[in-house]
Amino acid sequence: MSTLSGEKSAAVPIPIPKPLYNKIEERIEGTEFTSVTDYVTYVLEQVVSETEEEKEVYSEEDERKIKERLRSLGYL
Amino acid sequence: MPKPHGGKLVNRILTGKERERALAEAEKLPKIKVNDKLVKDVENIANGIFSPLEGFLGQEDYLNVLNQKRLANGLPWAIPILLDVDRDSVNSLREGDDAVIVNGEDGISAIMHVEEIFGFDKKEMARQVFGTLDEGHPGVKKVYGMNEFLIGGKIDLVSRSKSPYHRYCLTPMETRILFREKGWRTIVGFQTRNVPHLGHEYVQKTALTFVDGVFINPVIGRKKNGDFKDEVILETYEALIQNYYLKERAVLAILQTEMRYAGPREAIFHAIVRKNFGCTHFIVGRDHAGVGSYYPPYAAQEIFEEFPDLGIVPLFFTSFFYCKRCGGVANEKTCPHDRQHRIEFSGTKMREMLSNGEKPPYELIRPEVADIIMRWENPFVEVE
Repeated sequence: MSTLSGEKSAAVPIPIPKPLYNKIEERIEGTEFTSVTDYVTYVLEQVVSETEEEKEVYSEEDERKIKERLRSLGYL
Repeated sequence: MPKPHGGKLVNRILTGKERERALAEAEKLPKIKVNDKLVKDVENIANGIFSPLEGFLGQEDYLNVLNQKRLANGLPWAIPILLDVDRDSVNSLREGDDAVIVNGEDGISAIMHVEEIFGFDKKEMARQVFGTLDEGHPGVKKVYGMNEFLIGGKIDLVSRSKSPYHRYCLTPMETRILFREKGWRTIVGFQTRNVPHLGHEYVQKTALTFVDGVFINPVIGRKKNGDFKDEVILETYEALIQNYYLKERAVLAILQTEMRYAGPREAIFHAIVRKNFGCTHFIVGRDHAGVGSYYPPYAAQEIFEEFPDLGIVPLFFTSFFYCKRCGGVANEKTCPHDRQHRIEFSGTKMREMLSNGEKPPYELIRPEVADIIMRWENPFVEVE
């Protein structure tokens, strides 16, 4: 199983109710998701990533310079 | 705000001592000459606009994009971003070595880490990406004119090229901070290569009723004959926003890349790029990124069904017209009146009127926009 960043990791089985499994199986028919596992993993990754704070790729100094540029150009 | 495509904003811009070291070493490296259009894509890769790409595609990713519209790791990606070189260049390069990408006008652009050198089937690329082998298609013509070999590998940007539109060039890092500072949590991206008419304005404002802000993002770069010049597009959008939009609800910035005219595939590509800028939604109209009649009118909307994992919400609009009975812009879902009351937003007709020095009616184009276009002796692109 791959994570969002593409790394391989060991899988952990998580039981879900059979009726829910069947519903998901119906839902993914004809879509790009090839298994219930794929779909559930995707949905949970979305939920988890929304609650994680975005890791900034810029420093405070970068941010200060960016805001200065945006102000000088009239965007802020 | 959505995370960048692939989860992380790429930043491959060298600064400080790293940049100085690269510049010093660049003198000894073999050179790969590129034109000013390809240099823009080098910069787009480096500043994260094309996240998660960190360089030009290698063969595995290239073939996957062609056949699956996804990278080898499964991430949606529909337009191959490639560096093509001729045999002479290939003879001076080796896999595993570094080379320097140079642009004739601006000098050294980036360091290229050459990972792969491979050949490719031009017809297959044209067929897959554009759905046609017809050389009348501008994208196909360009593919047939490409060099024989492709180089895959990461790049590190050393110097940015000059741009007359520097004032409108924002990176994803900048737009994300801008949207945050403006307090926008939901942003709709609007792609265009045209001057604005009332149909465009209507679509943007309809979307704006559901989100916090609109990011108007014209493509500035290689276009085809008959498209409006970049300067005209920017000047008319400035006038439109100044007169008809709330300043706190609209941002205008450019995307410096070529139009591929790849229709559906390019719609996905455009959506991903706007996601990288921080947009949560993306407007897709009739025949998005189309040319002539190569693509069915709504194929660029239907393709989104293949990508439930795209990470940006497409907003689909059918074609609009001005209805004199409704007294405004409408479409077939909102207007009950006969066709005789309609004024169509025909790009061809508007171009014809403007070329003849005739001001299009206010029902089609805002007068401030029309005045600007008509001040230009020739507002249209002429490609040799």
